[in-house]
Amino acid sequence: MIKKWAILSLLLCSYLSFAQEYVPKNDGVKTNTSNYTALTNAKIYVTPNQVIDKGTLLIKDGKVVSSGASVTIPKNAVVIDVTGKSIYPSFIDIYTDFGIKKPTSASGDRRSPQYDASREGFYWNDHIRPDQNAIDHFEFDSKKAEELRKAGFGVVNSHIDDGIIQGTGVLVTLAPSGSDATRLLDDRVGQFSGTSKSKTSRQAYPTSLMGVMALLRQVNHDADWYAKGNIKEKDRALEAYIANKNLVQFFDAGKKVNALRFDKLGDQFGIQYVFVGGGDEYELINDIKNTNAKFILPLDFPDAYDMEDPLLAQSVSLEDLKAWNQRPANPKILADNNIQFALTTHKLKEAKTLMPNLLKAIKYGLDKTKALEALTTIPAGIIGKSTELGHLKAGAYANFLITSGDIFDKETTIYQNWVTGIKDELTSMTTKDLRGNYTFNLDNSEYELEISGEIEKLKSKVKTSDKEFGSKISFSDNWMQLTFSTVDSTKKEFIRVVSNITNPKTLNGKVYYPNGNEGTFIATKQVKDEALKDKKDKEDKDKDDEDETPKIYPVTYPNMAYGMESLPQQETLLFKNVTVWTNEADGIVKNTDVLIKNGKIAKIGSNLNERNATVIDGTDKHLTAGIIDEHTHIATESVNEAGHNSTAEVTIEDVLDAEDVDIYRNLAGGVTSAQILHGSANPIGGRSAIIKLKWGEKADNLVYQNSPKFIKFALGENVKQSNWGDNAKTRFPQTRMGVEQVYTDYFQRAREYEALQKSGKPYRKDIELETLVEILNGERFVSCHSYVQSEINMLMKVAEKFDFRINTFTHILEGYKVADKMVAHGVGGSTFSDWWAYKYEVNDAIPFNAPIMHKAGVLVAINSDDAEMSRRLNQEAAKSVKYGDVSEEDAWKFVTLNPAKLLHIDDRVGSIKVGKDADVVLWSDNPLSIYAKAEKTIIEGKVYFDIERDAKLRATINKEKNELTMLMLQAKNKGLKTKPIEKKEKELLHCDSIDHQF
Amino acid sequence: MRKLKILILTLFVSAFSFAQQTPGDKQTKAITIEGATAHLGNGEVIENALIMFENGKLTFVGSANTKIARSGTIIDGKGKHVYPGFIAPNSTLGLVEVDAVRATNDDDEVGAMNPHVRSIIAYNTESKIVESMRPNGVLMAQITPRGGRISGTSSVVQLDAWNWEDAVIKEDDAVHLNWPSNYSRGRWWLGEPNVLKENKNYTKEVEELNNYFAQSKAYNANKTTPKDLPFEALEGVTNGTKKLYVHVDYEKGITDAINFAKAQNITQLVIVGGYEAINVVDLLKQNNIPVLLQRTHSRPKGDDHDYDLPYKLATQLVNAGVLVGLENSGDMERMNTRNLPFLAGTTVAYGLTKAQALSLITLNTAKILGVDDKVGSLEVGKDATLFICEGDALDMRTNKLDKAFIQGRDVSLETHQTELYKRYSEKYKNN
Repeated sequence: MIKKWAILSLLLCSYLSFAQEYVPKNDGVKTNTSNYTALTNAKIYVTPNQVIDKGTLLIKDGKVVSSGASVTIPKNAVVIDVTGKSIYPSFIDIYTDFGIKKPTSASGDRRSPQYDASREGFYWNDHIRPDQNAIDHFEFDSKKAEELRKAGFGVVNSHIDDGIIQGTGVLVTLAPSGSDATRLLDDRVGQFSGTSKSKTSRQAYPTSLMGVMALLRQVNHDADWYAKGNIKEKDRALEAYIANKNLVQFFDAGKKVNALRFDKLGDQFGIQYVFVGGGDEYELINDIKNTNAKFILPLDFPDAYDMEDPLLAQSVSLEDLKAWNQRPANPKILADNNIQFALTTHKLKEAKTLMPNLLKAIKYGLDKTKALEALTTIPAGIIGKSTELGHLKAGAYANFLITSGDIFDKETTIYQNWVTGIKDELTSMTTKDLRGNYTFNLDNSEYELEISGEIEKLKSKVKTSDKEFGSKISFSDNWMQLTFSTVDSTKKEFIRVVSNITNPKTLNGKVYYPNGNEGTFIATKQVKDEALKDKKDKEDKDKDDEDETPKIYPVTYPNMAYGMESLPQQETLLFKNVTVWTNEADGIVKNTDVLIKNGKIAKIGSNLNERNATVIDGTDKHLTAGIIDEHTHIATESVNEAGHNSTAEVTIEDVLDAEDVDIYRNLAGGVTSAQILHGSANPIGGRSAIIKLKWGEKADNLVYQNSPKFIKFALGENVKQSNWGDNAKTRFPQTRMGVEQVYTDYFQRAREYEALQKSGKPYRKDIELETLVEILNGERFVSCHSYVQSEINMLMKVAEKFDFRINTFTHILEGYKVADKMVAHGVGGSTFSDWWAYKYEVNDAIPFNAPIMHKAGVLVAINSDDAEMSRRLNQEAAKSVKYGDVSEEDAWKFVTLNPAKLLHIDDRVGSIKVGKDADVVLWSDNPLSIYAKAEKTIIEGKVYFDIERDAKLRATINKEKNELTMLMLQAKNKGLKTKPIEKKEKELLHCDSIDHQF
Repeated sequence: MRKLKILILTLFVSAFSFAQQTPGDKQTKAITIEGATAHLGNGEVIENALIMFENGKLTFVGSANTKIARSGTIIDGKGKHVYPGFIAPNSTLGLVEVDAVRATNDDDEVGAMNPHVRSIIAYNTESKIVESMRPNGVLMAQITPRGGRISGTSSVVQLDAWNWEDAVIKEDDAVHLNWPSNYSRGRWWLGEPNVLKENKNYTKEVEELNNYFAQSKAYNANKTTPKDLPFEALEGVTNGTKKLYVHVDYEKGITDAINFAKAQNITQLVIVGGYEAINVVDLLKQNNIPVLLQRTHSRPKGDDHDYDLPYKLATQLVNAGVLVGLENSGDMERMNTRNLPFLAGTTVAYGLTKAQALSLITLNTAKILGVDDKVGSLEVGKDATLFICEGDALDMRTNKLDKAFIQGRDVSLETHQTELYKRYSEKYKNN
């Protein structure tokens, strides 16, 4: 004990010696110790790759003086012999909020929206907070520091996890004593960003992920403009952003697709983010690799679901089951692909769960050296502190762990965690290991004592050959106390043993009987038994390992139900004797052959032959161009950016969701292309994504190459917020009158902006206005959500005033009332077949709308705006035959050629014509019939839906679900943690849907 | 402000008060339809059929080859198809006019236990949505309240009447109960994941129902004052004179609902929704419980589910021997109810015969509603509620009605919508 105290005081002295020398001292004389500490005979991991089997680590003043096999130990050194132990650099977590209080939510009326910023002298948006510095909010959290030290950490980087741009981080040591004066290593480490808004402000914008992305882009443009001195007002946020530009840029992506999205965004501004991952990176590993980004990985592998109730269990999706099975392999897969990553405790409830999870990742194949790098050299490198952190070379901070052995072994104990030369003893190295089987005699009976558990937290079992007794053991400072019940358990009497351990082979001490008598206690360790036990342990362990050798299910594209193990390939297909709905002058032709080759429609005719073509018998079947949905909201993570009345700066292309099962379901309904539109929350909405439903491809590959540019506008009840409740009465416009003024105002400003651009004078780049300029110049087309005739006419007049044309009125339920004016203006109409009566403005919506417009000469399409109806658009087209007697040929064009024309993609799709993309559907019957089913849906010669393959996929889904369910049940039986079942039910997104997470 | 309200009121009144179509006059003269294909609704089809009705009732249904005197007005049905009027069960027709206009919403009363609330008195025969049913062959409906645990009491009506009283086919036919859900959604606004988890209150909620029904039974066994209106409204359910419609989707819920009904001696049970009914098909059959199946035009409830699951559920249940009708509750349910024939048509692409599909919206539904003695099929003695169609009424391409009769009355197929169609077609013709 005295020795311990001596070491401690020595250490304190040495610590004080490198404290600020100018601090006045009034409690004694000034001491100035400069002793060395030498740890000898250790296995030293100087770096993860440089290991000394038996070496010395020499430290002084909180830093490593030298480390190696032959280190000269100065005379004024305290030498600690750690033979048999290992020394590792202690861990670094560069993504924490250590010592930062969670920001409190803004108060105020939650119901009425706030459009303006709360802060003055900062950026116009409260969620942009680069001016925040973690150092200003930092307060050392001793309790949390202890928890982190126990988990092996020595240094953490901390930041304020609040806002889209969150400001700078602070790098601190977790030294058990000292003050901020010595713990603070760097007060400006990196700038942090994420996708969530600040809790401290209720400012509405952005309400969507695409809004976040647009805002980040605009901030970058504005910072540039500010840096050039073009903004007269003070903006502390932009100033800070400019000042932080050269710091490491962290971004909390949280999932693979966000890493891809924000990497692309970063590229635009020369920013290479370090991403905080989501654990699903392996699903798109090649794209993740191509980001060239470094990652910070939380190790929050999902727990198994509790699958015991089959009725509830069946609702867990294959995607979630697979995530449980596959995600522990994520670190390995990243390592295999040479993607650098650090590990973090972020998202873990307790730091101590990091190690078991990491061991799991190692079991799933992660190399131990890589694991160590991810906790030491890589995080140090990411924050540019490779010289002083993450290793034990001379000059580095003396941050290290002393362990009983391989740090990545389940049995290993961390004895000590030294931070800047200050020791934190976690487990005493001198504590004897009592674990084993012993025998002892009492009252002529032979007892067995089995001691197990952790070195300082033992468990005991006391038994005779025929009976087991309740017992309790405690052990500290080498004193053992054992209590167990007597033979007659009804008496509730106990025998107590106390023993001071010098040699764990025999436990010598005294026994106290219930009657107060005392006796001698001698228990002898069973060497033979121990050998046996070891063997048994080993066998158990092997068995365990064998049991748990994880079978990892294959990743599919996408990695969920109906995903495919490989993407479909382009095929040469020859349809024979099929009825072809050409949508061309030939009309509907029977008994015709169609050849598809190289992704195009190659030939149409009779008796076609083609070598190597797969022949498909089309007898009694119909072949059509794929359905094109002019208006839908599938395959997107956001629909509305509702924070402003104009959001031309946002684009759905930013937030496409290629893993929406509705893509597959739409394919099964014969849909091959769609315009994914922004919602109708504002008069000027966001830009569209025009996509092909290439199920399994990543989001960017869905978008048309050289896609025509589109934007959503909206009129009527939604944009004037009529149905948003009584609190939404402050945003302009609240009437149709105001809507006209919004357009006029924005287009006027766009025109002025363009004039400034052309003048050659410097100007502030404004993404929103540039989008509007594109509209004015006919480079971007408007698809406008519209209902009643007054507003429809209004918008045409506004457009005419600004000398451009509206491309499409979508919904356009009163189009039949102004069809003549629409023809004169040259605008098309994409409408519902028969929806009405859900709002006041659709009172006069009639199912004859499409036929009347069509007959009046308007280019007419029928759209869905609904993920359910979109898979039956063929039937919706057929309603025009019922209501209004449109010919079947024309009705079919309402969902194929006409939307292709409206979307300006009719040179590529929309009809069966030689040279066009082979986007075709094989139907079991007349495609307009309620009895028709899509049997094959083909895009560019690749079969994305096949009714026979679908049957096989169903069987695979069942099989995998059953197997994974069994594995989860086994996990529960083994005592692993499980979580209650979750059922994901995707909400149906419509025009008026708002992102939940915002 | 008051002035404004009045103004708004006047606007609404004027907007909704176009009495679009006058109900057809009582049948005074016999009508004969000859030569059409008759789809009886009971699974039979008669080519070249002869159908006669008088005083609102069918007097003859058979082959046109039958030697029998043709009475009254003769309609040539050659090339045409005759169907019994379609029945839309579990509908809110006439209870709501415009979803977004609160003043027009009368489908959902406050409170959890409202068996005494009666939909029939709020049923608006002048609804523009109701009239839009007829041109598609939907001629009858069960008007059903929504919301709460027990939503209220429904009634079965025909869709061409001056007033609700005249519309009634069967008044107060059933009480509607929304079974407790097996799942509850995470409170995403508090940061919980937006997923469904097991409803921890499920057992408690079921127990509350058991208790409520036990209390009502005890009350009805010895009615005393003070009176309890909700309990009295449940009397018919427990003595078998009213049906109990339990709206429930999941396997566990359906099973528990059936056991609940047994425990409470409720004999007239109907399952509404029934997404997972196929999983408890034996239990349904043993207890003779029919299912009003959710709209076939809906999305699967899970990512893993077959894309065509909602399309083929009816086929699976019918083939298993369950009595099935189709209902159309959900998003935009009222205006969409006119698509009922196509909900049935879809089942044909997924395994049923056209005659079976037709039964799903005619005779089967009539049986489930307990009105098959009057309606649901073209059979002698039943109401002459039928229509003549140019082609297959289950397919939108050919669902074009020439004429419709409700209880023998020649009803109008004109609507607010056809009127606008005509007006604006004229507009462009003249220009």
